[in-house]
Amino acid sequence: MAKEKKGVRLEHISKIYKDPKTKKDFYAVHDTSLDIEPGSFVTLLGPSGCGKTTTLRMIAGFESPDEGEIYLGGEPINALTPNKRDTAMVFQSYALLPHYNIFDNVAYGLKLRKMDKETIKTKVTNILGLVGLEGMEARMTNQLSGGQQQRVALARALVLEPGVLLFDEPLSNLDAKLRVTMRTEIRRIQQEAGITAVYVTHDQSEAMAISDKIIIMEKGVVAQMGTPQEIYYHPKSEFVADFIGEANFLRGELITKKGKDGVARINGMKVEVKDVGDFSIGDPCTLVLRPESAVIADKGQLPCDVILSCFMGSYQNYHVMVGDTMVKITDFNPKNKKVYEVGDRAYVAFDPQNVHVL
Amino acid sequence: MAKSQGAALDRKKFFADPIMVTTIVVLIAFLTLFILYPLAILLVDSFVTDQGIGLGVFKRIMAMKNFRRAITNTLKVGFLVGIASALIGLLFAYVEVYVKLKTRLLEGLFKVVSMLPVVSPPFVLSLSMIMLFGKAGIITRYLLHIYDNNVYGFWGIAIVQTLTFFPVCYMMMRGLLKNIDPSLEEAARDMGASRWGVFMTVTLPLILPGLGNAFLVTFIESIADFANPMIIGGSYDTLATTIYLQITGAYDKEGASAMAVVLLCITLIMFIVQKYYLEAKSTATLSGKASRQRMLIEDRSVTIPLTILCSLLALFVCLMYICVPFGALFKTWGYDFHLTTKWFQQVFTRYKGFKAFKDSFVLSFISAPITALLSMIISYLVVKRSFKAKGFIEAVSMLAMAVPGTVLGIGYIRGFSAGVFRTGFLQGLYGTGTILVIVFIVRSLPTGTRSGISALRQIDKSIEESAYDMGADSFTVFMTVTLPLIKDSFLSGLVTAFVRSITAISAIILLVTPQFLLITVQINEFAEKGAYGIACAFATILILITYSAVMLMNLVIKYFGTSRAYKED
Repeated sequence: MAKEKKGVRLEHISKIYKDPKTKKDFYAVHDTSLDIEPGSFVTLLGPSGCGKTTTLRMIAGFESPDEGEIYLGGEPINALTPNKRDTAMVFQSYALLPHYNIFDNVAYGLKLRKMDKETIKTKVTNILGLVGLEGMEARMTNQLSGGQQQRVALARALVLEPGVLLFDEPLSNLDAKLRVTMRTEIRRIQQEAGITAVYVTHDQSEAMAISDKIIIMEKGVVAQMGTPQEIYYHPKSEFVADFIGEANFLRGELITKKGKDGVARINGMKVEVKDVGDFSIGDPCTLVLRPESAVIADKGQLPCDVILSCFMGSYQNYHVMVGDTMVKITDFNPKNKKVYEVGDRAYVAFDPQNVHVL
Repeated sequence: MAKSQGAALDRKKFFADPIMVTTIVVLIAFLTLFILYPLAILLVDSFVTDQGIGLGVFKRIMAMKNFRRAITNTLKVGFLVGIASALIGLLFAYVEVYVKLKTRLLEGLFKVVSMLPVVSPPFVLSLSMIMLFGKAGIITRYLLHIYDNNVYGFWGIAIVQTLTFFPVCYMMMRGLLKNIDPSLEEAARDMGASRWGVFMTVTLPLILPGLGNAFLVTFIESIADFANPMIIGGSYDTLATTIYLQITGAYDKEGASAMAVVLLCITLIMFIVQKYYLEAKSTATLSGKASRQRMLIEDRSVTIPLTILCSLLALFVCLMYICVPFGALFKTWGYDFHLTTKWFQQVFTRYKGFKAFKDSFVLSFISAPITALLSMIISYLVVKRSFKAKGFIEAVSMLAMAVPGTVLGIGYIRGFSAGVFRTGFLQGLYGTGTILVIVFIVRSLPTGTRSGISALRQIDKSIEESAYDMGADSFTVFMTVTLPLIKDSFLSGLVTAFVRSITAISAIILLVTPQFLLITVQINEFAEKGAYGIACAFATILILITYSAVMLMNLVIKYFGTSRAYKED
């Protein structure tokens, strides 16, 4: 549907803010370079204050970068005001115009583009059909539920057929169930419209569900960029591993290395690992173990003491101590399995393939 | 870290918006020329004499006994009026918010009391005070048989000003009290405090900064007030009247300028304390909204005395106002109580009433929409945009609030009678209707701006951003989004500006030329002459005009306003 899918490129972008308390300048975004391919769905993910919203607002034009240049479809857009940029934004608070009905909200941008009435009507009707609000043109915005307002906000942005669609935590005001439905909807609509989308959220499961690529930001810099799988299975730092999903960190050192494989010593035990990358023998290393990729068993790599055992329905939740390190384990479908109790001694068992070395 | 690129880009984006840039430039020019410049010229006048720069003029005026007395007089009145108004205001607010009112009558009285000062010219109470308690006063002469009561002077001014200004305090305190979360007080009650204990240990400490705020606001109003001391002051001169007499009676322009500077300094200091210290404090202590309805006090030992006290006060205020139309209907106030329409007739036959109403009406009618629009534009710029001169615009438009009308009037005389900086530039302005309109605008701008700012702060910034993002430029955003969303505030600003203009006197009386007859100036003139019948007739018609304007506004807001459609969320 979009006239032209556009890519977004950020080259060494920085934004400096003044801390209101200390009066000191700090980098809200620091030397960030990104290349977002046309038609892809990219999510900026990170904790609050990591610079993700600032980055988005720089793309939209509400903030001006202090360093670097932003390109939209190959054109530098630093000097363009938001109204001159081929971007459309879906706001966290939806920001619908409360004095207009749905039709006028969606038609607002089209009217500014001086389209004739018939075209506007067709376009609005089509887009309302796409977001599932057909027949509701005359409703006022305060007569809508949160989810419906969200759809209007989306329609209003989509109807402009922008080169890139920007989302600023659009689902954070919805309840949990609706959030799940809406993120699927957003993904479907983006795919149907074939539009480039940049999406900001602090909700990692939302990011995983919706994105082609996730960019994890930490303190103003990109911590990692990749597909959801890359980021989940091969996190580049403890921050990323911890932020996406849950992770246990087992610290030790590499004692042997053969090609890509090796053996690490963790808490006095030898643990076989795969894909040790650049590590050399004697290097300290951290094994990232996802709670669902390990089990408790009578035999395994690491002896442990169970300190918490809790039935959660679909899984049994364990906290065990491996030496001084607490390890969380989720054992799915515990029915008909041996359940360990607090105080039991057992082993943490896992497939070396499922361990990522940092 | 260099922010230069970001700043440069922001600048570039800013200048890509010619309408906004032009607006800001015009605005800065207007504020500078009509607020800052007249005040600056007063400073120049009072420090620079033929002998060079010095304190000569100040030494001269400080040597005047009557000026020194005027300073103490003004401060004494201001202090008393400030305290009395704040306390009475608090009483009314407390009764309304905390006490269960049994009667419809009392509720009605409260509404009237809060409404009256909005619609009435600020000095009508002086008229009624004289008519009720003066030598020929109905109460003093006919009820109490006191034949030589002197209402003129300190107590006259203090009582009249208190009754004029306490409703403002009442509105301010009501807002604060409503914002106190009732559970705070319930918690104190629960821990064993008595009702009086709760008031002293919880409620009062919470609203103390607000009470101080109300005191200072009234204090400033009182010392800036010109018309009441003029009518009821007698020989008790305040700063505002002394300055007026210094320029109209003694033709001492430098002396008047220096006196104006003294008055301005007092109000400015008060204003700065009020604005930057107390106002911040009073909102900081009360941030939350009441979580639920307050349990109203039903204890008769509390409700009865409070209700009686408030009713008496409110009835007294009403009586004062009712006096005005009756004053216009009696043949000779104090002597002959036959009803007559002769005063109303004389207003139009002998005293060019039509011209007076037309002039006042037309000038106010022109200035009101300009004021309203200007204050909405200023509020928009202050709240929603960021640019270098923003601080200047905000500060200067708020500064106008602290400038007494008399000071502004003198500033305009000195600043424009011989053109800007005595160069003859814009000299043509002086003595025209245009300069009167400008004075009206400047005098009403701060109130409008303040209400616009608070209305705009409630609008989510991203609503305008979204319009901007969809392709609207600043002007379109303002016209299609901002203005419709603050329509109520705009309408009330429009009417407030109209009412304030048509009832204004302090600055205008210094600037008006014989070609314009203004109602307020007429009332003042007749009241001073003792022609109360005519003065009351003028005042009655004026109150009718302002009252209808306010009613009309309420009607328009009710049917076309934004409130019902979407304000709830």
